Amino acid sequence: MRKLALSDEILLSVEKPARYIGNEINAVMKDTGEGSEVAIRFAMCFPDVYEIGMSHLGAHILYSMFNSRKDVWCERVYSPWVDLDKIMREQNLPLFALESQDPIREFDFIGITLQYEMCYTNVLQILDLAQIPLFARDRGESDPLVIGGGPCAYNPEPLAPFFDLFYIGEGETVYDTLFDRYLECKKSGGSRAEFLHQAAKIPGIYVPSLYEVTYKEDGTIASFQPLEPDIPSVIEKQVVMDMTHAPYPEKPIVPYMQITQDRVVLEIQRGCIRGCRFCQAGMIYRPLRERSLECLKEHAGRMLSASGQEEISLSSLSSSDYSDLKGLVNWLIEEYGPQNVNISLPSLRIDAFSLDVMSKVQDVRKSSLTFSPEAGSQRMRDVINKGLTEEDILQGAGEAFHGGWNRVKLYFMLGLPYETEEDRQKIAHLADRIARCYYAIPKEERNGKCQITISTSFFVPKPFTPFQWAAMHPVDHYLGFAKTVNHEVKEMLNHKSIRYNWHQADVTLLEGVFARGDRRVADVILDAYRHGALYDAWTEFWNYDRWLDAFARTGVDMDFYTLRERREDEIFPWDFIRIGVTKEFLKREWKRAKDGVVTPNCRQNCGGCGARCYGGGVCVEGKNPVL
Amino acid sequence: MKFIGHLDVMRYFQKSIRRAGLDVAYSEGFNPHMIMSFASPLGIGLTSDAEYMDLEFRSLPESSKAAVDALNRAGTEEMAVTGFVQIPDGKANKAMTLVAAADYTLRFRNGHEPKTEWESGLADYFAWETITVLKKTKHSEKEVNIRPMIYDWSVDSGTVFLKLAAGSVENLKPGLVMDAFLEQTGLERDPFAFEINRCEIYANSAADGANAGERNLISLYRLGSEF
Repeated sequence: MRKLALSDEILLSVEKPARYIGNEINAVMKDTGEGSEVAIRFAMCFPDVYEIGMSHLGAHILYSMFNSRKDVWCERVYSPWVDLDKIMREQNLPLFALESQDPIREFDFIGITLQYEMCYTNVLQILDLAQIPLFARDRGESDPLVIGGGPCAYNPEPLAPFFDLFYIGEGETVYDTLFDRYLECKKSGGSRAEFLHQAAKIPGIYVPSLYEVTYKEDGTIASFQPLEPDIPSVIEKQVVMDMTHAPYPEKPIVPYMQITQDRVVLEIQRGCIRGCRFCQAGMIYRPLRERSLECLKEHAGRMLSASGQEEISLSSLSSSDYSDLKGLVNWLIEEYGPQNVNISLPSLRIDAFSLDVMSKVQDVRKSSLTFSPEAGSQRMRDVINKGLTEEDILQGAGEAFHGGWNRVKLYFMLGLPYETEEDRQKIAHLADRIARCYYAIPKEERNGKCQITISTSFFVPKPFTPFQWAAMHPVDHYLGFAKTVNHEVKEMLNHKSIRYNWHQADVTLLEGVFARGDRRVADVILDAYRHGALYDAWTEFWNYDRWLDAFARTGVDMDFYTLRERREDEIFPWDFIRIGVTKEFLKREWKRAKDGVVTPNCRQNCGGCGARCYGGGVCVEGKNPVL
Repeated sequence: MKFIGHLDVMRYFQKSIRRAGLDVAYSEGFNPHMIMSFASPLGIGLTSDAEYMDLEFRSLPESSKAAVDALNRAGTEEMAVTGFVQIPDGKANKAMTLVAAADYTLRFRNGHEPKTEWESGLADYFAWETITVLKKTKHSEKEVNIRPMIYDWSVDSGTVFLKLAAGSVENLKPGLVMDAFLEQTGLERDPFAFEINRCEIYANSAADGANAGERNLISLYRLGSEF
């Protein structure tokens, strides 16, 4: 039998031991014994619990891509849950990879994907349990190289001291080069420092220790410079231009326990044409690039038969914008409906087509419709450039109600730039209008009462968005915003049909600090971690006071990062990264937001954002390629 | 695989069966599921040589061997499919409700053996006419005499064999039998003391029309025939 890193006693005393045993169907096993071709051991970490981490597509893409190389063995690591975390610390057990069950401190690379800010203390947990030094500067020749990636790496600075390198952008492009460089360096007996120096010259690779930041008296950045002349001063985001031929997992791993997204995921396109001004993904993944229908059919077929999964889900930022959505969805229904495969279609615009499709693939009485107007008033929706009108929503809801649906979910943000009390009240008004639309249907034709659920989250300004200059609000203001909505909902005629949920406000501010923080924020993260912060994305472990204490102890001013509206000429911590979309474009959009002027989507009219420099995707659609 | 819970094992087989391309029957409705039932859920931490499930097919595989091979190719080597039999129509869907008994072997886990000799105490323990234990359920605790549910036992060089009542009428867990033994002989109880393996599950073929208490145990495998 396969050896496990943990004893039966430990595995039988922790919750869900299946999180730690590996060897799932399609997990990649390689031989590391005598004569093995494996020259690089890579630990792919998702710093959250197994069920969450295993649900993430990006890590699976890289896992299968890395493992297609004979000389690389990529294995998975997730955060041990708090019960095992405690045991590992007490018994001094080193963190291990699921496949080999070997300690990851013996690996060549530890790759950590950064999907959301609130996992930052879990990053430290991974390093700590792995028993390698937390600070990159304290690591020696025998320690693994710690590399970060994912959307939060677009502002890597709050984590800079803990990482040896960051990979900025989409992983499919230069990892091969990085591995080759590593092997060359190893062969020629090069040191860690020599490798990092070489790696820093690969486009997209950022080695924080090779750059120096200076600050002005007011705390903003004065300069950000490479320490040596041959190190690039700008890091180019990596982008895959040929999505159709890009690597994609053929044999998805099938977990032994239920995970959050327990299905085959088909990424139909990357990027978004919409240009919502709050949305970071909408900017950093520009330009929109589609996979061909033929390629998607092949991927779907291969993954379903290799995994035996009973559900397939389309993944993209806005599936309705896929050129041949009808062709794809109809094919899936015809091909896989008879094989009892469920088809899940998130992020669809509600219209006649999507309602028809949804009525075919799900039980109308049990499912709900989702709209994301993001703001309650048309004025605010223009400010954020959300091209969804009240008319669209009422029409979509009306058609759905006639089709038998009676449950609607509405998602909004509060605390957006230029938002007023009136805009917040209008969230309740919109919900009420949807309810009226339902009750206008004759009683005998409708299906009991309708149920409208409003959920609001608090807006966090993100790097590389038009709102990167915006100020956040003090914590009590956020709660006041939610109170306004709650109060207004109760005033509505149909208040009995409307439910309102809102999020915590304090965690929003922390997210704000990490999103736009600089290198000085690292001290706070470390201090909070040392004082017990972990799994901050989980409400049951979240402790705001612990973080306030950490700010106080380290002397870092939280308000500097949250409450301040940035000047237009301020140097941001992330300005050294080039994402195609220019700062000038973002600035223009920030001004247009103030004036409430809508910018058309990429297919209506090119806004000149700068992503055209990649010479592909939606930028050249229906046109001759730019030469 | 002993760390995978019963429901997850079911889900594992649902996916395995799809990968193996077997043409099984599904229920009706918007969320059709395979018509599948397990003889007796195996607790987390136990290993087994004899788990049984009942499956309904739209069309049968070519042969028992073809089905076994397809499932093993699609599955993990740590959970092998060892046999495949067709149950006669009358008994189909009922097979798993006929479970009456199961065999187990138990060994002390390395490092958890009692310091003193214990095997000789077993004979005295099983000689009692009543063995009373406190059975805990989610809602209540009650005292139960488990002795009548112990059908057979033996011990050989550190391995205890037990044949116990199983199924929906009466069900006795092997851990409970040995915990009671340790407690009543004054030995220390330890939640990880035993490695437990289930060796066989039986149906009572004397169930229909026979006197209560009469048993004719046959392996579940013998309810059907290979093809």
